[in-house]
Amino acid sequence: MDKSVGIVSAQCAWFDTPLTFRSGAVLPRYELVYETYGTLNAQGSNAILICHALSGNHHVAGYYAGDEKNLGWWDNMVGPGKPINTDKFFVVGLNNLGGCHGSTGPASIDPLTGQPYGASFPVITVQDWVESQARLADLLGIKKFAAVIGGSLGGMQALQWSLAYPERVAHVLAIASAPRLTAQNIAFNDVARNAILTDPDFHGGNYYQHGVVPTRGLRLARMLGHITYLSDDVMADKFGRALRTDQLNYGYEVEFQIESYLRYQGDKFAARFDANTYLLMTKALDYFDPAHDFGGDMNKAFSRAQADFLVISFTTDWRFSPQRSREIVQPLLHNRRNVSYAEIDSAHGHDSFLMDEPQYMDVMRAYLDNVAKECAR
Amino acid sequence: MSQFSAQFEAERPDFAAIAAWIPKGSSVLDLGCGDGSLLRYLKETRGVRGYGVEINDLDIVSCVFNGVNVIQNDLDAGLSDFEDDSFDFVILSQTLQATRHTEAIIKEMLRVGREGIVSFPNFGYWKNRLNILNGKMPVSRELPYQWYDTPNVHLCTLHDFEDFCRRCSVSITERSVMCGEREVRVLPNLFGSTAVYRFQSSI
Repeated sequence: MDKSVGIVSAQCAWFDTPLTFRSGAVLPRYELVYETYGTLNAQGSNAILICHALSGNHHVAGYYAGDEKNLGWWDNMVGPGKPINTDKFFVVGLNNLGGCHGSTGPASIDPLTGQPYGASFPVITVQDWVESQARLADLLGIKKFAAVIGGSLGGMQALQWSLAYPERVAHVLAIASAPRLTAQNIAFNDVARNAILTDPDFHGGNYYQHGVVPTRGLRLARMLGHITYLSDDVMADKFGRALRTDQLNYGYEVEFQIESYLRYQGDKFAARFDANTYLLMTKALDYFDPAHDFGGDMNKAFSRAQADFLVISFTTDWRFSPQRSREIVQPLLHNRRNVSYAEIDSAHGHDSFLMDEPQYMDVMRAYLDNVAKECAR
Repeated sequence: MSQFSAQFEAERPDFAAIAAWIPKGSSVLDLGCGDGSLLRYLKETRGVRGYGVEINDLDIVSCVFNGVNVIQNDLDAGLSDFEDDSFDFVILSQTLQATRHTEAIIKEMLRVGREGIVSFPNFGYWKNRLNILNGKMPVSRELPYQWYDTPNVHLCTLHDFEDFCRRCSVSITERSVMCGEREVRVLPNLFGSTAVYRFQSSI
């Protein structure tokens, strides 16, 4: 096992330049929390941006002093000698705007009112995130990223980088992602949102002032989401029809192990995540569609891209299936971009992008080792 | 020429024939591209822009390592990711004999590319014939497998392939037959161990 980046600490960046969102809303000032690992080289050419998915944050790798168990969410991928090698790259992870881990979001205090933003926090899009990430890059002295990398919703941000700032990103790695969501995927998000919106404790998004949180709604949303992140096979393997006790009770209490597991996951998530952030994240997923401004033509949308691409999918991922990744590859082929596509045989469904699948790690390592050589040139 | 290209030419002499047919700066799709060596060689020596298609996991890693664009896909599932006429050449080297839907693949090659190039081991090579005459399946440098572990399901001779092309309205524009590193001109179906064909649609 390669070693970890070790003790890390989060940093905070303040921005006073107003950010105009795609929706037209304006955020006059905001804060982004981020972590960095490794060292930016003299030419500033070895920076990698990690974009997080729905429930992720800026704590990508390593651990905090005195809290060694709290490993970053991608510690298996990011570190010294790991595929995203911090001996060679300067890696930046941030908590996206609208998040609930320190960056300005719905639970932050709106300086105009002295109250949490709550329902008044603007609906945010992937484009808005990339805009804010570019400002963070400016602040860190990064003119061009060697690579922007993300899984799932993070992959969409990586793709958006190649469209919004084609000259500022050399390589894009989009993992278990999609160029836009399908109806089925939007439907899942809508059910999750409805669970939150109809929770009596939601109070139109201003629950902070009421001293409550819509725990039941958020819990349901997460339980539904979690089902879609796992594969049928993994669930069958891990739980099957196993019961918590050895007999059927003919009632509505928790009986099957899978029920117990999902409730546990739901509770754990609801205790640490903000319901408004969950709503924002799912909306950002739904809205993302680079072809929207091009009459639905994805080939035209990607004609701006200049980066090289690595697209990766997982065979049992049905939330962001291999077919969705192929829909990223096709417009890149049409525009004759350099692109490689790997379809990883994995049992773990959508969650595979966070796992140690050897083939996945090998492809990432081979690709990024070449990127590192380019940076050193 | 890089050390890689020089070494590659020595190890795979049949590919010199392929490279000779490809003008500088062409776009190339290499089907069943293996570890990406041919594409890397063509990139270094002919400045081609290209992609490989491969199914094998280890080869995908090697292609990425070699800095070659590779799309992981099963050839027998077709080339639906690729648009009509999007390449100057589509190459199928040492893979034809292992494809299940051979006719469909040749048609797909000529839909996606303006010209096709295939190379395959000639089953009519005299040593193969001698093996069969002795009652054994041939095992050689070109056919390195035992009958029970071979991926080859559609082996053919030069005559077989040329008949097949006529039947499929494919017109052969050039042919190069080799035995090891030597080009074979006399009785190629008997003395050639590897055949390389360049073809296009005759419709």
